[in-house]
Amino acid sequence: MSENVFETILENRCSQPQQLIEVLQDVQETFGYISEEAMTAVSKELGVPVIEVYRVANYYKAFSLAPRGRHVITVCMGTACHVRGAPRMLDEVRGQLGIEPGQTTPDKMFTLERVNCLGACALGPVVVLDGKYHRNMTPNKLRKLVQSVQQAEKEVEADAA
Amino acid sequence: MPPKLNTLEDLKQFRESLTSREAKVTTTITICGGTGCQASGSVKVIESLKAELAANGLTDTVKVRVTGCHGFCEQGPIMVIDPANIFYCRVSPDDVPEIVSETIRKNQVIEHLLYTDPTSGEKITKEADIPFYRAQDRVLLSQNRRIDPCSIEDYIAIGGYSALVKVLGGMTAEQVIQEIKRSGLRGRGGGGYPTGQKWQQCREAAGDEKYVICNADEGDPGAYMDRSVLEGNPHAILEGMLIGSYAVGANQGYIYVRNEYPLAVSNARKAIEQAKLFGFLGDDILGRHFFDIEIMRGAGAFVCGESTALMASLEGKVGEPRPKDVHTVQEGLWNKPTCLNNVETWANVPLIINKGAAWFASKGTKGSKGTKIFALTGRVKNTGLVEVAMGTSLRTIIHSIGGGPNDGVAIKAVQTGGPSGGCLPAEKFDLPVDFETLAEAGSMVGSGGMVVMDERTCMVDVAKYFIAFLQDESCGKCVPCRLGLGRMLEILTDITEGRGKPEQLDLLEDLGETMTHTCLCALGKTAANPVLSTLRYFRQEYESHIQDKYCSAGVCRELIQYSIDPNNCTGCGACLKACPNKAITGESEKPHRINQDLCSRCGICKDVCKFEAISIC
Repeated sequence: MSENVFETILENRCSQPQQLIEVLQDVQETFGYISEEAMTAVSKELGVPVIEVYRVANYYKAFSLAPRGRHVITVCMGTACHVRGAPRMLDEVRGQLGIEPGQTTPDKMFTLERVNCLGACALGPVVVLDGKYHRNMTPNKLRKLVQSVQQAEKEVEADAA
Repeated sequence: MPPKLNTLEDLKQFRESLTSREAKVTTTITICGGTGCQASGSVKVIESLKAELAANGLTDTVKVRVTGCHGFCEQGPIMVIDPANIFYCRVSPDDVPEIVSETIRKNQVIEHLLYTDPTSGEKITKEADIPFYRAQDRVLLSQNRRIDPCSIEDYIAIGGYSALVKVLGGMTAEQVIQEIKRSGLRGRGGGGYPTGQKWQQCREAAGDEKYVICNADEGDPGAYMDRSVLEGNPHAILEGMLIGSYAVGANQGYIYVRNEYPLAVSNARKAIEQAKLFGFLGDDILGRHFFDIEIMRGAGAFVCGESTALMASLEGKVGEPRPKDVHTVQEGLWNKPTCLNNVETWANVPLIINKGAAWFASKGTKGSKGTKIFALTGRVKNTGLVEVAMGTSLRTIIHSIGGGPNDGVAIKAVQTGGPSGGCLPAEKFDLPVDFETLAEAGSMVGSGGMVVMDERTCMVDVAKYFIAFLQDESCGKCVPCRLGLGRMLEILTDITEGRGKPEQLDLLEDLGETMTHTCLCALGKTAANPVLSTLRYFRQEYESHIQDKYCSAGVCRELIQYSIDPNNCTGCGACLKACPNKAITGESEKPHRINQDLCSRCGICKDVCKFEAISIC
């Protein structure tokens, strides 16, 4: 883990156990997941037992304990998205990439996640790809979206070669 | 250097100076920059509009105001051009040059950008004439449309912080509490507890150190009014909390906001910084008060919307609720007296102080005063945020404002109150929406989600959806919730997969009743509502799943099969390409077939078929 980044995250937060969730948020955002190493360091700096850090990191859905793929597909499973066909978005990704929610493709290109509501209910079904919201999704649009990412990665690879 | 605003007179003068600064402005273009419209591409529209105005030398006379959510998210990106009040919807960056050359320069209305009323088919030019807006009473939401959430000046220009100055300039804490009590304001987060009473209890609680909290952990799926208010009008929340902190005697406040709402987090952070610069937050607030607010982000746990779990989470702990035999107004955050209110509740406070308790109490019903924002979503024509006086009927909301059924499929129910609420059938649509009436009917106002369901929605599946959601979100601390939800989900899965037995319906009711009486927190106590309300109003759907193994909505996958009608199938191959399971085979231009062993019954093929060749049987 990069020392400097970690120092910035912990700046003004040392020995403040109540900052645990905020710190873990920043670690998650910066590194994409919370490693064992990060948990140990957070425990030491905030003065919270490692077991407690682990318990909090494990309890809240926003934290991932394993590295995620280069691209994260988040399917909103809120009620409004559900009645407008959100389960089909999961079907589509399952069929296309062979992964279940919470899993990452073996090539580490995609992680599929589900979220219980993004608060963009009028636009359902909503799918978020790498932080960008896509409204009124259909399985067809989603397939093309995933293909466009695959295509872009291929081009980058070809350029590098 | 920001001005020092100590008195109402200072504030008034500053407001006038803001108006004179904009003397040259002849036209204001308002664009929604809320999460919804951003998802529809408003950021690019804003960029190209600014560039186009600059290229045309119009930046002095035309003001671009990027606001928070207007509520009509379905039609986004939304643009309103004032003073003509011209309303354009679904605006794309390509439309911008035409908007500048035609509407801004020549005052010409661009037909294809106007909103078409889905009921009459007519094009509507003015925002004020759109039925979706016209039937509402937008006391809170109308502010979103008039301010840039990142500008404290905008908020002051529409009268912001005058309630705070009024309170600190001449009201005692008791007077403030009396005013809130007289208004009849009740908690907007779901509980409906009288706000003034809560404040008084917190004020009277022993202890010098007290806290106020804004609950912006809007976890109910299908509700997003708190996001829109915090995102679009953060200073109103700060002002409400400031007044509340003065009334209860607190010097530290927290806004606990979902991390799924990044824009709300960043707008609220900016607002706090600005309020500090202007002296509305900090050590010396008009020489009468000191108060600070910190933002804490949630981390994706629905149960943290419950007050005691939220406070545990604020302390950096696992968000588990505790028994409420001692109330949080006595022992809350760090065991100190704590006053927690929801976003919308706080936002109503400055309005009540400014306009008076009598004004607020003149809206609504006997027991439920004021207006309430609802998130109208699901199978209805106009989806978005709707603000109406309490007591407005479901029919007015769903049909007059929502425009009624979508695609001509009859509406059969509305789900109100999120996972704690229930489903009400169309026969009950004349009920007035207030705390008591909805609770009597087996649902609740809750935080204000309203998901409309039509004949394509299976009510057993909806019940299963909520129970699965709640089981996933249950913290597992108390037995009835942990085991009850699991058992309920097993039964509902049996029913939706064709293994249901008639006696299981009684068992569901039994379990529901037990949970209602014995669970520790509100999550568990209300968890059975989606099941109990659907059993009450849609029992025949449960029975047909059990007896006939039939799902009339065609949703429950184990009970349906998709098949291709060879007479209608042209062999175009669209379904074959779309099927994620490769279950469809067939040669080009010859009828295709579905391999039922591979088919997951997702229905994607039916959606893509242009020839109506695929049906559910």
